[in-house]
Amino acid sequence: MTVINSHRDPEALSFTIVAEFEASVERVWQIWEDPRQLERWWGPPTWPATFEEHDFVPGGAARYYMTGPDGEKARGWWKFTSIQAPERLEFDDGFADENWAPVTDMGTTHAVVTFENVDDGRTRMTTVSSFESVEQLEQMLAMGMEEGMIGAMGQIDGILAEAPDVWP
Amino acid sequence: MVVDQLSASGMDRIFHAFADATRRDIVVRVITGEYSVSELAAHYDMSFAAVQKHVAVLERASLVLKEKRGREQIVSVNFEAVRRAQQLLDEYETIWRQRVDRISDILAEDKKASP
Repeated sequence: MTVINSHRDPEALSFTIVAEFEASVERVWQIWEDPRQLERWWGPPTWPATFEEHDFVPGGAARYYMTGPDGEKARGWWKFTSIQAPERLEFDDGFADENWAPVTDMGTTHAVVTFENVDDGRTRMTTVSSFESVEQLEQMLAMGMEEGMIGAMGQIDGILAEAPDVWP
Repeated sequence: MVVDQLSASGMDRIFHAFADATRRDIVVRVITGEYSVSELAAHYDMSFAAVQKHVAVLERASLVLKEKRGREQIVSVNFEAVRRAQQLLDEYETIWRQRVDRISDILAEDKKASP
């Protein structure tokens, strides 16, 4: 089981998820650091994310868009408020308009991600997301929730179908 | 219960209301039962007026309801608004569980690539 714990706190409007991966801390760090890997998992298969900019340094910014099933684009920005490789990373995540200007009235999500080595070589990743408003959360969830469910199933099928060729 | 008609600014007020530890504590307390403002004030190391102000912020955010009963002001939780926040977080959890699955898939490829 990969997700080992999760906690929803409606009074503080925050969400925590703890997951463990069969890989080193350095390897799991890369899935955040490398934009090509990041865009393979950030968005659901029907709303894939494309990172146009990914300045992965303290104070650096990222710009990305997610493309919906009808070609519509939802744009977002990140600001890395803290990066301590490979243990901890913090960033603000918000919406942007078509000129990449932050949409401030929608609020931002603050994310804190920590990485720990457990049991010699596995990695525990803890992500805490804090929200400013219900409206912001509604908007984020509007981006491909139901499609995402169906899409994820299809993606698993795709991986299984690929497997015979990939296995040595 | 008029939460369904809450405007965007109403939603903003909800989250301003939750941004304070005392206000969060008041909500958690009144979930378990009604309190008068003076009963609430007894729990905090601050003036009655300060607690009354916190309750007023929560009331404007529709998170609690306040009712005059005799000389007391009775505070109760607005379950609809709190439930909405809970529902949204449930959906958000699904997003993250799917992300974790996709990360696992990417990491699994490493093993396949280097037998």
